Amino acid sequence: MAEIHLTGRAASPGLAIGPVTVLTAAVAGRTASGDPAQETAALKAAIEGAAAEIVKLIGTLEGEVADILEFQVAMLEDDALAEGAYDAISAGISADHAWRSALDAEITGYRSADDEYFRARAADLVDIRDRVLARLSGADAAAKITGGSIVAGDDISPSTFLAADWTRGGAIALSAGSPSSHVAMLARARGAPMVVGLGPLSWIGPPPSLALVDGHAGIVVFDPEPETRRLFERRLAAANAAQAVADAGRLEPACTPDGRQIAVLLNVAAPEDLADLDPAICDGVGLVRTEFLFEASQGLPDEDTQYEVYRRILDWAKGRPVTIRTLDAGGDKPIAGLTVDGESNPFLGLRGIRLSLARPEVFRVQLRALSRAAVHGALKVMLPMIAVPSEFNRASAMLDAEVTALQAEGIACARPPLGIMVEVPAAALRAEDFRAAFYSIGSNDLTQYTMAAARDTGAVADLNDTGNPAVLALIARTVEAGRKRGVEVSLCGDAAADTRLTTALLATGLTTLSVSPIAVARLKAAIAKVGS
Amino acid sequence: MHDAHASRAGETSVPLAASAVLVNKVGLHARPSVKLTQCAKGFAAKIELALAADGPWTDAKSPVKVMRVKAPQGATLHFRVAGPDGEAALAAMLALVHDGFGEA
Repeated sequence: MAEIHLTGRAASPGLAIGPVTVLTAAVAGRTASGDPAQETAALKAAIEGAAAEIVKLIGTLEGEVADILEFQVAMLEDDALAEGAYDAISAGISADHAWRSALDAEITGYRSADDEYFRARAADLVDIRDRVLARLSGADAAAKITGGSIVAGDDISPSTFLAADWTRGGAIALSAGSPSSHVAMLARARGAPMVVGLGPLSWIGPPPSLALVDGHAGIVVFDPEPETRRLFERRLAAANAAQAVADAGRLEPACTPDGRQIAVLLNVAAPEDLADLDPAICDGVGLVRTEFLFEASQGLPDEDTQYEVYRRILDWAKGRPVTIRTLDAGGDKPIAGLTVDGESNPFLGLRGIRLSLARPEVFRVQLRALSRAAVHGALKVMLPMIAVPSEFNRASAMLDAEVTALQAEGIACARPPLGIMVEVPAAALRAEDFRAAFYSIGSNDLTQYTMAAARDTGAVADLNDTGNPAVLALIARTVEAGRKRGVEVSLCGDAAADTRLTTALLATGLTTLSVSPIAVARLKAAIAKVGS
Repeated sequence: MHDAHASRAGETSVPLAASAVLVNKVGLHARPSVKLTQCAKGFAAKIELALAADGPWTDAKSPVKVMRVKAPQGATLHFRVAGPDGEAALAAMLALVHDGFGEA
């Protein structure tokens, strides 16, 4: 059997070798039997299976989460939920379509409720809908990825990626996909090598059993010859040794050859990212995404829940500055019961600060929790998707009001410095117009809005380039505005971790970069060699 | 808090009716709906609820349908039961609502 040598685009660096898991198209679709009796039986089995799955999950949980799941079980066990779907099936509709439209109608009912609480229950219905759909399409089996394996397929969803264990190695090899996709970002954060755009993955007979992935060069070799494998393993050993050396330098401050000190901060998507990390590897936390709180709570997280999480991160940082971003929902990050469905272009729609200002009752809770957490460390708060000064001013006034209210209630609090994300070109061009306490450049969105090229569309991935002179000019302009106003400027997008861009970014005058923990050692090593 | 005019029929075929005000914090939401339907299923009687004395009536044994009512805090819940253990069922329903479904 000859080895299959494919070249694609590098999406996440690193080398990996392992057994192959093929993601089948079953994840996406299902073949309907065309027989109403069979479709009815399939839906019934899927609903019962989904309920049993949740019951098993409840056994491992307690408290509020268990209550929510018990509610889901009660709904699934109630025949009234699927009534409409069974009617549609007997009229000739396939089980999955019938179920989806019945549940979508139910979900619409919840989303249109006057009461906040009932609106938030839409998330439960979405969860129920997708769990049953997954069982109907047999995605359950396909979604199970053994740790350490090379996942091959057309594309992979973020949830499938997140369901797998990447701590034991493994890599991703895709026929389609984009280096700028959400999954590619996750892969870089978890240190999983990834190559995309390999073209059709076709093989005669059984799929390959072993693969090599080179996430630097964008090369994948299926069923390698013994000699190819031997050479690859030698490179892998050398890379591991080099990583060990870089890791040793992780605790050293970052410094360019000409003696400029560069602050290296961490991007954190969830508090678990910080587990087992020594805060001494960084100069602080440059970005805490708070979307995870809203995704996990099956609704809107209350003030105390948010406060506890923020406080834990501040405690971990031991006095180093921590920048928390207020909810950045919308765009490619929908949250059931909060974001707007069916916008023709969600990236240009009600997202980030626009959504927070449109939903003050949700935003206020977050501002209160942040003000209470601010007494426990050097907290800074930043607002995403700011385009015009009035958005900043309105948010700033709301923060003041919440601090005053907390003080009146005798609750310990402090007003954290309020800054803005610079990711809309309008804000980059007029950064000096904002009374922000700091600027944090979100290079992913700034790049896609400047270049008019989506980051998850492979066909225009070449245009989605932060190294483009137009994007670098907007970054330099923001740095200059910060220098004039005497406020700090940092950059917290994916570009910060792309060591091919380090020289260009530091040339704009930036002195603070924020990256995921896995990239700290690599970035510090690149800074030490910059321009040389 | 419930109406004393509940029909006092000895015959099982005549429905009994009564009402109670929802006192728990967020109304008839997920947890109370599950509790109420579980309790209702413990009785043989047909049990229905509504937001008005003249309906529309909803099967109190179906969590899906009870949630569709979206009864907010302060709403008056009307019950209508029919069956051999109707009186006990009605008393149990009213007790649950008065008690705020056991939530603080």
